Amino acid sequence: MAEHERQAVAPSEADPTNLSSKAGQGERLAEGERPGADGAAPDRPEVSQPSLGLLGWLRWIWRQLTSMRVALMLLLLLAVAALPGSFIPQTPQDPAAVTDFRTDHPALAPWLDRLGFFDVYSSVWFAAIYLLLFTSLIGCIVPRVATHWRALRARPPRVPRRFDRFPAKRSVLLAEDADTVEAAVLRRLKGRYRAAVTDRGITAERGYLRETGNIVFHLALVGVLVSFAAGQLYSYRGQAVVVEGESFANSVVDYDSFDPGTFFDSGDLEPFTFTLDELRSEFTVDAQARGFGADVTVTEPGGGTHRDTIVPNEPMNAGGANVYLSGNGYAPRLTVRDGAGETAFSGTVPFLPEDDVYTSRGVVKVPDVSGGQEQIGLTGALLPTAVVEPDGSGAHSVHPQPNAPLLVLTLWAGDLGLDEGVPQNVYVLDTDEMRQVYEEREDGSPGSAETGQQPVTLFIEPGQTVQLPEGLGSVSWDGLPRFAALDLRYDPSLPYLLGSSIAAMLGLFASLFVPRRRLWVRLEPAAGGRTRLTSAALARGDDPGLGRELDRVVEAAGTPVQNEETDTKGMSR
Amino acid sequence: MTDVGQLSTLLIYGTMAAYGVALVAFAVDLSGLRDRGPKGRPRKAVGIAMSTTTLGVVLHLAGVVLRGVAAGRVPWANMYEFSILATLIAVGVFLGLQRGRDMRFLGTFVLGPTLLLLGIAVSVLYVRADGVQPILDSYWLIIHVSIATIATGILTVAATLSVLQLVQERAELRQVEQEAAEVADRELVGAGAPARPASRGPGRGRRSKVWQAMPNSAELERLAFRLNAVGFMLWTFTVVAGAIWAEHAWGRPWGWDPKEVFSFVVWVVYAAYLHSRATRGWEGRRAAYLSIFGFACVLANYFLVNVLFDSMHAYSGL
Repeated sequence: MAEHERQAVAPSEADPTNLSSKAGQGERLAEGERPGADGAAPDRPEVSQPSLGLLGWLRWIWRQLTSMRVALMLLLLLAVAALPGSFIPQTPQDPAAVTDFRTDHPALAPWLDRLGFFDVYSSVWFAAIYLLLFTSLIGCIVPRVATHWRALRARPPRVPRRFDRFPAKRSVLLAEDADTVEAAVLRRLKGRYRAAVTDRGITAERGYLRETGNIVFHLALVGVLVSFAAGQLYSYRGQAVVVEGESFANSVVDYDSFDPGTFFDSGDLEPFTFTLDELRSEFTVDAQARGFGADVTVTEPGGGTHRDTIVPNEPMNAGGANVYLSGNGYAPRLTVRDGAGETAFSGTVPFLPEDDVYTSRGVVKVPDVSGGQEQIGLTGALLPTAVVEPDGSGAHSVHPQPNAPLLVLTLWAGDLGLDEGVPQNVYVLDTDEMRQVYEEREDGSPGSAETGQQPVTLFIEPGQTVQLPEGLGSVSWDGLPRFAALDLRYDPSLPYLLGSSIAAMLGLFASLFVPRRRLWVRLEPAAGGRTRLTSAALARGDDPGLGRELDRVVEAAGTPVQNEETDTKGMSR
Repeated sequence: MTDVGQLSTLLIYGTMAAYGVALVAFAVDLSGLRDRGPKGRPRKAVGIAMSTTTLGVVLHLAGVVLRGVAAGRVPWANMYEFSILATLIAVGVFLGLQRGRDMRFLGTFVLGPTLLLLGIAVSVLYVRADGVQPILDSYWLIIHVSIATIATGILTVAATLSVLQLVQERAELRQVEQEAAEVADRELVGAGAPARPASRGPGRGRRSKVWQAMPNSAELERLAFRLNAVGFMLWTFTVVAGAIWAEHAWGRPWGWDPKEVFSFVVWVVYAAYLHSRATRGWEGRRAAYLSIFGFACVLANYFLVNVLFDSMHAYSGL
């Protein structure tokens, strides 16, 4: 308010509209730096006092924090602080890249680690900046809510004594008498302005929505932040790989990874299950993906079942959680028999695709079931449409669809480390306690690198059974189902996040584009029952429509007798 | 279908030719303004420039539309398409600005970057018109990316105005200094000092005529602000729509993917810009710096993140 009055009384000589535009974003200026301290350093009064006292200091800090200048600095600081997270790999987004970075920069990494640069957005300093910014925001906006509330209930500001310094002003002699003109003006203003008749003339104001929007926008940003925080606390996120024909039950043991929020109790998981019936995929001839779909049969906790399809961009909702199709690939069905002919392994093994043609990597870990047998590890690639090099030295895939599938595996024997009870990555073979198996020598004895043999490479086609050297048994490829990599996420904060975001956008729109205008009309009876109308208008912010607006009000007021120029000549008395 | 795609590419080449002619004509007009000032002879060159620009926009629009027809979807799913659309928006904003005021001098400064970006688009970013990968196959592609494109086009023109504002402000300051110096000179001459030579080089001292032909720095600032305000609003919408789409596609509204980081930075910088106009000591010049810095972040968000960073938004198709 004080800001407005100052503008109204003494607009800048050079360009009054420009001055009012400074206040376009609000009274934070006045709030933080005190109107009285114009031009002077805001802390000058305190400096001159020898003892400020704790309270004084706190007040000073608070006033600094809630000043526009500090808010601006914090905003720029926030922008700068957010940047490192795009240059330096981040643990929550890409832990593998962080590991690589540590290996590549052994001297730098510990320091970055200490300073939180591998998880910028959870770091203390990033949180400090945004929390200070939000404190500043709340410190600004709460007093403004009160001010605005009062402004909404108060009468429009009184009519200024002089109109000649306003950017938009009119003076006209009307044929009608003062009462008629007054009624006409009020009629024109009705519904558009809040108007009041005072003894100094008609005062009117519009565009309270601008400040309302500003307040809503800033409070909605607080809502966004709080929703995010709540999401971190009450959500969960998990990943699971489900092979065609197999089922997933929504409990922690069935997840490959499960990441609950601080306050989420994993006992609260809705016990739904679903079976992946089919994973459909569509590719162009040049191996570009064109469509994926996972057909599932869901069994509700109550026992009802229904069929559903999960496609990219269209998650399935089950038990309050969303199920997203985040990836897919092949999981060949293999049977491994040991040297004694016993089935040591039988099942599907997901191979993770690594490129556009689904060259996929995977590991088969075969435990020992008969006495005296070594454990076996098979590691290698699945090629959906394999093309073998003419010299037989290798093979590569040319298309993601299984037109000519081929497994290319190397063989390891020894101790898989399964018995130590430590959870293992199923996609990595720990070869510390294993030896790579080489081609047999001509006499049938085990080969090795020293004696000039090559490592064993198994080429297996679907339906084939391949004998392993050294009497280690055999591998059969029984089928090639696909798998779906699914993300499951439950986040109760999403509706609040969306609501806050929409409120912020609406508030922003109002605060930027609703014109806030003040308009004053003074009527003086003139000779012959005529009326002299003088009027002025002031806008907050840039308002190219202000002059036109004033023209429309003047036109509606009555019939002009003598159209006088709108410059100061007719105004100064 | 490929024939339509080739026709679209041809139209874009035609657009570049038209813009090239227009750029030369705008530059001729600017140099005429410099020599004669705004009150000189009729500005013939600028008439040619405006008509070729309009012709260019028609070809440009046809090129973008046919691109969409060839691909069988909205024409903004990779960097090539985004570039040809954002430049169309920028030139469209330039033409729209002419309503009610003479902003033709802007032509050189809008068409220059436009031609540059179109050149990059056809030579580096070009990919054949084709369908999209499944993750892009969503109605959010229509909403999120189109608004981002429009925001980029508008912010481009706003940043151009901010640059001109800074140059204009320098010219104005120089003029004030010059006038003050002349007054001082006159007083000295009156006091018996020798008069300085009246003629001075056109580059020094007095505001060059080309700057007199343009709106003053305050007017340029206001115009830049209005465009930036619209751009900020649209960018806010882009970020929110992006978050909704990310929730549908990736199962989280915000994950600090490099594109998200830079979009956030862009948003925060423009928020700072809006606040700076209400902060004493930051309005005018510093606000213009922020407007330009914000646009630099938009460019970084577009080129750096799409091409160099390992982002989930890597849809350049290169």
